[in-house]
Amino acid sequence: MHELSIAASIVDAVTESAAAYPGARVREVRLRVGALASVIEDSLQFCWGITVEGTPLEGSKLVVKILPVVAHCTACGKDGELPSLKSFRCPYCGEPATDLRQGRELEIESIEIDAVEETV
Amino acid sequence: MTTRIVELRRGILKKNDELAAGLRTRYNAAGVLVLNLVSSPGTGKTAFLEFTLRELRAGGARVAGLVGDLETDNDARRLAASGAPVRQINTHGICHLDAEMIDKHLTGWADAAGAQAVQLSGLDYLFIENVGNLVCPSSYDLGEKIRVALLSVTEGEDKPLKYPTLFNSADAAVITKIDIAQPCGFDRDLALKNINEIRPGIRIFETSSKTGAGMEDWLDYLAAERAALN
Repeated sequence: MHELSIAASIVDAVTESAAAYPGARVREVRLRVGALASVIEDSLQFCWGITVEGTPLEGSKLVVKILPVVAHCTACGKDGELPSLKSFRCPYCGEPATDLRQGRELEIESIEIDAVEETV
Repeated sequence: MTTRIVELRRGILKKNDELAAGLRTRYNAAGVLVLNLVSSPGTGKTAFLEFTLRELRAGGARVAGLVGDLETDNDARRLAASGAPVRQINTHGICHLDAEMIDKHLTGWADAAGAQAVQLSGLDYLFIENVGNLVCPSSYDLGEKIRVALLSVTEGEDKPLKYPTLFNSADAAVITKIDIAQPCGFDRDLALKNINEIRPGIRIFETSSKTGAGMEDWLDYLAAERAALN
């Protein structure tokens, strides 16, 4: 539901970062999105085309890497990926998992740009 | 032209997170306990808050509320009847509150008489009633100390399983409308089990804003959390 706001935030952030490379065209934006981040990739992709129009990101591709939830088990000491979001229990010993080490990420990992050659 | 990859490693909601961190610092400096109430539309957030504000005020606490809705100031008017200063935030179509909206509405906040400005340092508790939505508010930190997820007996015991991202991010859970649990065929054990599957060990309150059932526990919890700030 809020993917349009998320898309707008990505465009703002990338535009700001890409400003360090004057004249550059952004080809690709790569995201890391945790399974608990409340972001639906299809909706985000749908919003992307509209949001990048008229910005330095126009025509760019959005690549979304979804990260599973990883919990650290205080009972058995292992870090394990949760197979689903239906139950927050250690996949090894079944104890309740409260210490989440991954799954809420919502970040821009990198961008691929066509940069103008620097003239010396 | 050369193609290159630039590592950014930057949070998409960095701006919101930074603003929220600033708000958290302000709340702590002022010694005010801030709670963010999240649920579906119709769970009874406003009735729950009406009861809470009224009781806390009767006990001598200094309380205030910020309430988010797409449109209308109906909720703010309802809550203001408690005598506490309450300010409406209309998001005009946006499905959640964000830190910037909170920041803006903490400025120039006049009390009911329209005279004295409401200051964080003059409060013990600030309640933020989020827009009724179980998805988007989970991504937006408002700087709150406690995020409360509410669920009514009319909604079905599997709500936490359907919306794990929100329930997993909550610090406390409140079941509302328990006075009508029986006619609704509400399966209490299953609801408690489901909440615990998604957020193991979370503090759960079973309440009715109509009869006051369970509210004493809730008010005790608030007082203890408030005292723990000092």
